[in-house]
Amino acid sequence: MVTARPDPELAAILGGDEAAFEELFKRYHGPLLRLATSYLGDRESAEDAVQETWLTCLKSIDRFQGRSSFKTWLFGILVNVARSRRRQRSRLLPFASLFGRDDSDSRRPAVDPDRFQADGRWTSAPDSWTDVPEDKLLGRETQAMVLVAIQALPAKQREVILLRDVAGWSAEETRTFLSISDANQRVRLHRARAAVRAALEEYLK
Amino acid sequence: MTCREVVELMTDYLEGALSPADRDRFEQHLAGCEGCTAYLAELRKTLRVLGGLREVPIPGHLRRRLLAAFGDWRTSSRVTGGPDREQ
Ligand SMILES: [Zn+2]
Repeated sequence: MVTARPDPELAAILGGDEAAFEELFKRYHGPLLRLATSYLGDRESAEDAVQETWLTCLKSIDRFQGRSSFKTWLFGILVNVARSRRRQRSRLLPFASLFGRDDSDSRRPAVDPDRFQADGRWTSAPDSWTDVPEDKLLGRETQAMVLVAIQALPAKQREVILLRDVAGWSAEETRTFLSISDANQRVRLHRARAAVRAALEEYLK
Repeated sequence: MTCREVVELMTDYLEGALSPADRDRFEQHLAGCEGCTAYLAELRKTLRVLGGLREVPIPGHLRRRLLAAFGDWRTSSRVTGGPDREQ
């Protein structure tokens, strides 16, 4: 199946231009690495999985039929690579958190109920973090803390926030990629953002 | 709408998923509530922090390995008529 207008990213690779290829793997390195880390835990295994993803991509690109965007296809490879590594690992390690409770789709409040009075108004209102300098907010230390907060999320929320807010995917791309409903995509995103905001609040105060 | 309800609608609001009537009520609340306005500002800052995680430099060894793999792929698929087929 050939699409009328070829995916420009796919065309860049098929065109055999090394600079274009490098541009692509630079663009996707961060998102792929973050996602791989969320599945595998440590940086080294994650980097390894990203490498395997690109090698698999090159091996099978001639058979890629363009039913999805190149990006979606590439991230699909990463998910498969990471899953098979986890399967291999789970034979060696105890189940760990693989079967942990995940209430990501529940409609319980995402914000701590203690933040509100009986009439639903704030007990202690947020302050916009006006006293936090930009370089602190966007600095390495804050980033490291946020990565820990993301890693602590239930897996379903973690995937959504990584694709939406870290990788910058649209709601539609994310929902399709994860095969979830629009409503669940939004609920998971909401819970994840609320949790990361709360972690930041704690860290910045 | 109370603050407790408004914070639970923040994502729907940012996603443009509220009905026009709910969006109006949401914005009216926000206009009169410093706490919820501050919460929304914090969420927006949270999104900037998250977006800052997007770019990660590629380690040299990985870059070299991938460029080598790309070179191999290019050579082998040129033989089978691969990369140039689009031209
Ligand atoms: Zn309010």
